[in-house]
Amino acid sequence: MATRRATEVVVRALVFTCGWLAIVILAAIAIFLLTNGLRSIDEVGLGTMLTGTSWYPTSDNAQFGFLPLILGSVFVTGVALFVSVPVGIGAAVYLSEFAGRGFKEVAKSVVEFMAAVPSVVYGLIGVAVLIPWVRTTFQLDSGMTALTGGIVLGVMSIPTVLSISEDALHAVPESLRQGSMALGNTRWQTTYKVVVPAASSGIFAAVMLGLGRAIGETMAVLMLTGNAAVMPTSVFESVRTMTGTIAAEMGEVVRKGLHYSALFSVGLVLFAMTFVINLAADLVLERQRKRWRR
Amino acid sequence: MVNALNVEPRTTAMPTLVMTGRENDTVVAADASGSFTLSEVSVAYGRDLVIEGVDMYIAPRSVTALIGPSGCGKSTLLRCLNRMNDELGNVKVGGKIMLDGQDIMGKDSDPVELRMRVGQVFQRPNPFPMSIYDNVAYGPRTQGIRKRSELDDLVEDSLRRSALYEEVKKNLKKHAFELSGGQQQRLCIARALATMPEVLLMDEPASALDPISTQQIEDTIAELKASVTIVIVTHNMQQAARISDQTAFMLRESMDEPAHLIEMSETKKIFTNPDDKRTESYITGRFG
Amino acid sequence: MNRVKRARLTEQIAKTVLGLMAVTVLVIAAAVLIYIVSKGYRAINWEFLTTRPVKLGREGGIGPAIGGTVWLVSLTALFTLPVGILAGVYLSEYAARNLLTRSIRLAITNMAGVPSIVYGLFGLAAFVMLANFKVSVLSGALTLTCMTLPVVITATEEALRQVPQDLRHASLALGSTKWRTVRKVVLPASMPGIVTGSILGLARAAGETAPILFTAAVFMSPQLPRSPLDRVMALPYHIYAEVTSVPNWSEDLIWGTALVLVAGISIVSVAAGVWRSIQRRKIRW
Ligand SMILES: Nc1ncnc2c1ncn2[C@@H]1O[C@H](COP(=O)(O)OP(=O)(O)O)[C@@H](O)[C@H]1O
Ligand SMILES: [Mg+2]
Repeated sequence: MATRRATEVVVRALVFTCGWLAIVILAAIAIFLLTNGLRSIDEVGLGTMLTGTSWYPTSDNAQFGFLPLILGSVFVTGVALFVSVPVGIGAAVYLSEFAGRGFKEVAKSVVEFMAAVPSVVYGLIGVAVLIPWVRTTFQLDSGMTALTGGIVLGVMSIPTVLSISEDALHAVPESLRQGSMALGNTRWQTTYKVVVPAASSGIFAAVMLGLGRAIGETMAVLMLTGNAAVMPTSVFESVRTMTGTIAAEMGEVVRKGLHYSALFSVGLVLFAMTFVINLAADLVLERQRKRWRR
Repeated sequence: MVNALNVEPRTTAMPTLVMTGRENDTVVAADASGSFTLSEVSVAYGRDLVIEGVDMYIAPRSVTALIGPSGCGKSTLLRCLNRMNDELGNVKVGGKIMLDGQDIMGKDSDPVELRMRVGQVFQRPNPFPMSIYDNVAYGPRTQGIRKRSELDDLVEDSLRRSALYEEVKKNLKKHAFELSGGQQQRLCIARALATMPEVLLMDEPASALDPISTQQIEDTIAELKASVTIVIVTHNMQQAARISDQTAFMLRESMDEPAHLIEMSETKKIFTNPDDKRTESYITGRFG
Repeated sequence: MNRVKRARLTEQIAKTVLGLMAVTVLVIAAAVLIYIVSKGYRAINWEFLTTRPVKLGREGGIGPAIGGTVWLVSLTALFTLPVGILAGVYLSEYAARNLLTRSIRLAITNMAGVPSIVYGLFGLAAFVMLANFKVSVLSGALTLTCMTLPVVITATEEALRQVPQDLRHASLALGSTKWRTVRKVVLPASMPGIVTGSILGLARAAGETAPILFTAAVFMSPQLPRSPLDRVMALPYHIYAEVTSVPNWSEDLIWGTALVLVAGISIVSVAAGVWRSIQRRKIRW
């Protein structure tokens, strides 16, 4: 009996530790980014970095302005959302409100497949197909543009937007639909008057999570956007995103040097952005869950 | 029954003494264990007091039926007897509950040990997703019994006592989910018996079963009475009348107040000549 | 045109437009699949799968990269599964409904949204440098573990929640402790969900490049690592490195590599899904 009690105590301690590990890791990520970025924050200043318009990390008079990188991410992400939001939500509405069971099953597996393809493979496809297409279609010198990366990124985030929107639509109680249909509305009228508004917070969360995924994506953009660290003015130009910058430059920096530290600061900005985005999505989703749980 | 106890509703001071006296008589006389003595038992879910002031004596090796309208706290009271209420979170149990003279809610009483002595069968059959054999051997293994021959004997014995053995003896390795509902419930009885409990709690054990399976369960209960104390919650008045020695009637007169034990005595008396008007009207069907 | 007719027509149009979007998704996915297979199948043969790369990967095979990815994923599984499953057990079986539990859940969903390159940075700072594991399989696997944990935790919690409460009570009523109940009844009953969910998460980890970029990967290595402190080649990194830094990279071989990676992930995922539905048919509550 004593051993039984002892086991229970030990197990409890172990289980609790593992349970709390998520918070520990998340906090550790923030702390490590901060401590490693501290040198750049000290020497350059967070304000200067966030508002600086030139990123010349290796020149004699090194400049660590994040704006070109942030804007690069914004451009690419904007294009990505332009692709993934209409297609993802439209397809989700169709699957949830109109599609037959068979089609739905197939679509589910297909979306799972899309989500499982590694980003480096999407990047490879982009290199082979999209770069030449963009170059010839828009008659550019180079096909490596924000547009190229954004399109591929959009395709990559379709599964996120689609499946979370579909969950939200699915959570709308059947009684609401029946109520509307019984008033003489068609299925489509019911959908846009009742179902989509009822699921709107979930759909919003889907867009936010799609956005988070796009901002944080690395490999595909690294392979497709050309990585010119200049202030972009249009999506037909080459851009360098925050993620791409870290991935491309971290391999060549002096460990613990200023450049190294600046890259961690870029990581910190990225982390903060996705954290806020995810938090917003999570809060919205939680509210929606509460709404239908009566 | 000599030891059937007539408790006035909401009396407070007197029962403990009287019951202790009677309990001692019985224990000595019958040389039996598995008796419960409840005094002033009350239960609250959070702030919601649902049972108040229950005094009760449950004799060893007898069948006690708990009856009353649904929501009056029968299941709750039953769960007090093996402290399963502990598992529900915000439940507070007050008063005193003694199993063979030992306070089961005292500081040094261990719910885990209590539950090896007080088994429970649930409303819906809930076999574990494993073989018939492993289901029955689950409790003994929990107690640390590892020897194959010993387990074999326990499994066979328990299955015989729950009248399932003849039907399953050919393939004890079969998955429990392949049994019919009635067989599953008898398996759950066997599972509870395998720890050699002194008391068996049954919460509407036949309510999810067909009439034939119900009959089999009732037969099983009649056989088991010789070796274990049985406390059974039932909605079925005929069933209570058929199988129990004493019957306790609980009632929650309005949702604002907790339930009380209205009357408890020999089953025959409750069903033919109850002391309390409310008992009579419930039994004759005038109550919900 | 009367109102009803107009409503019908609008509905038809809307349905068509939405349907087209759904079909677009299917077409894109099919195109991706077909493209990878048609470009990659030529390279696939035994030699390609087992030998090492020659001439910076323009010739030869991808044996060490396959082996390296298997190493990384196995080690990741070794770390993630016990910790993730216990964390799921905590949330489903032990956690009280309070602010702390709510924060843990929030942390888990947020972990799932942290960019993979940020995990890479974290791994570099924490495992490669601070813990001094160097650039190695161990550092890479630990980094991937942090990334995969939320998937395993969530899968476990969901699977455990499917187990009916009655079953737990039955075990407790037999005098089992909570832990024994979890170990002997709850976990076995929910294994299909846990295993499949975890495998899906691990399969994703196999395709990740960013987290191993500075923590584990090496461009060329003639053999498999001899210890967890060696660096490794890995399939996704191999593709990236070839495409971005080897002039005249061999299209056939790189597409072959992509096919191997995608096929590996898909086959494992599908197998896990099929296994789960078979198990589910056996256990129905
Ligand atoms: N887990 C619980 N949490 C809160 N209230 C409960 C719980 N279980 C039962 N109750 C309440 O306690 C009262 C008695 O319930 P119960 O013991 O199940 O009655 P019976 O078994 O007689 O139908 C009911 O009002 C019920 O709503
Ligand atoms: Mg009940």
